[in-house]
Amino acid sequence: MNPAYRPYHPKWHRERMPIFWWLGQLSYIKFIVRELTSLAVGYAAVLLVAEVCALDRGAAAHARFLRFLAAPPVLAFHLLVCAALLFHTVTWLNLAPKALVLRVGGRRLPDGAVVAGHYLAWVLASGAVVWWLRGGL
Amino acid sequence: MPRPREPFFWALFSSGGMIAALVLPALALWLWVARPLGWVAGPTGPELAALLAPPLLRLCLFVLIALALFHWAHRFRYTLYDGLQLAHLYGLIASICYGGATLLTAFAAWALWHLPRLP
Repeated sequence: MNPAYRPYHPKWHRERMPIFWWLGQLSYIKFIVRELTSLAVGYAAVLLVAEVCALDRGAAAHARFLRFLAAPPVLAFHLLVCAALLFHTVTWLNLAPKALVLRVGGRRLPDGAVVAGHYLAWVLASGAVVWWLRGGL
Repeated sequence: MPRPREPFFWALFSSGGMIAALVLPALALWLWVARPLGWVAGPTGPELAALLAPPLLRLCLFVLIALALFHWAHRFRYTLYDGLQLAHLYGLIASICYGGATLLTAFAAWALWHLPRLP
């Protein structure tokens, strides 16, 4: 008999999950990286606020902000942020058919069509952003 | 555990994820990679101030910033729960994430509101 056994005091079997449980398998790593892209999204929001703030404080402050952006370590970090943002976009758009079920004429639109529509929206939105940044409005 | 507020935050997470997916890569690559490297000429400070002069565009930028922040708050909360096995810190993590996003959103609104005073 199990020596730890006590009558009426059952020990529940609970397996301890190690903190780095997701390192063992590539699909788990991809899942955690996908979830961590939220850090890049939040950072992008903060950086946008920072630029608006620099603008608020005048031309000298904004010039300092631009010099900060051009510093090589900052630029390297921002490349990493951009890679994470692209990973967020690709994983997010690929999951769209799971969240959005469209029916046309009583039939379910195939997943590929929903994904293609979302990628088209991405192209159009990116075009709008570039058009705006080049002084479109 | 009853969580009546969950659908509200999930909606913010979801719309924030969508707007971030569609808009942020182009914005980030242009402003934070291409512009510092000199691949594109602007926008410089005055140009950006002019781009943000219409109130509608400032509102758009505010919506983008706010939804992106709440997308981070919601997703990062669950990353901490599942990835780092911190589910027992439920209340603390939720208040730090949503509280931080709320504070930063309020700050963004304030900063964008003050822009028109620029030259």
